[in-house]
Amino acid sequence: MAINFENGLGIHQYSLGIRAQRAEVLSSNIANSDTPGYKARDIDFESAMNSARSHQKGLQMSQTTDKHFDLKALSEEHVQFRVPNQPDTGDGNTVDSQEEKSAFMQNSLEYQMSLGFLESKFSGMRKAIRGD
Amino acid sequence: MSLFNIFNVSGSGMSAQSVRLNTTASNIANANSVSSSVGETYKARHPIFEAEMAKASHQQNSSHSVSVKGIVESDAPLLKEFSPNHPMADGDGFIYKPNVNVMEEMADMLSASQSYQMNVQVADAAKSMLQQTLRMGK
Repeated sequence: MAINFENGLGIHQYSLGIRAQRAEVLSSNIANSDTPGYKARDIDFESAMNSARSHQKGLQMSQTTDKHFDLKALSEEHVQFRVPNQPDTGDGNTVDSQEEKSAFMQNSLEYQMSLGFLESKFSGMRKAIRGD
Repeated sequence: MSLFNIFNVSGSGMSAQSVRLNTTASNIANANSVSSSVGETYKARHPIFEAEMAKASHQQNSSHSVSVKGIVESDAPLLKEFSPNHPMADGDGFIYKPNVNVMEEMADMLSASQSYQMNVQVADAAKSMLQQTLRMGK
C-alpha cells in the first residue's frame, strides 16, 4: 500500500494554511489600527475549513479553460468584515486593537498546535516507513 | 506563503507609526519657537495614513499594508500674543507662537509608540511561527 500524503496528513495541512492566512488578515488589522476608514476583517474559519474538507474529498473542479474561476480566488471569499463593537469611532476605523491582538495571539497558538499535529503525523509515517 | 506577507504588513505599520512619532517629536520640539510673522511660524504637522483604501473596499485581498499619504500642516489658528518687549515682536508689538497643542501631541506620541510596539510583537510572533514551520520534520 502506497502512502498517500493527502490521506496521511489528514485535515491538519489545510487548517495550517487557513491559520497562516488568518494571521495575515489579523496582522493587517493591527497594522491599520490608526488608518481612517479601514474596516477590520477576519476569516470565517468554519466555512474555509469546510471548503478545504470538500477539497480533500476530491470534489474539486478541474480547470479546463481560463474562464473558470480560480480556486484561490474563491478561497478569498472567506475573508469577511468584522461586526464592530462600537457603531461609530469618528474616523470610520473599526479596528479594536486589543481584540485583534488577542485574536492574533490565539491564532498563532492554534497554528502551533496544527503544526504539532502535522509533525506527529510525519513522525508516524516515518515510523511506518522504517518499520521500527 | 502568507506568513511572509506579515513582515511586509507590520513593517509598513512600523514605518507609518515612526513617521507619526517623528512629526510628533518635531511638533513638541518646536512648540515654543516664536516668530514675528504668520508665514514664518511653525505649524503643527500630522501624517495622513491610508490603507490603500481602493484595495480595502473593493478587492478581497487578505492583507493591506499601511501607506503614508503625506504630511499636512494644521490649519488651526496660530497663537498671537501681545508682547511689545519681545525682541522678535513685529511693528504692532505682536509675536506669533505655533499652533501646537502639547497635550494632544503627548497623547499622540503614546498612541504611536503603543501601535509601533504592537506591530513589532506581531512580526515577532510571525517570525517564531515561520521558524517552527521550517523546523518541521527535523
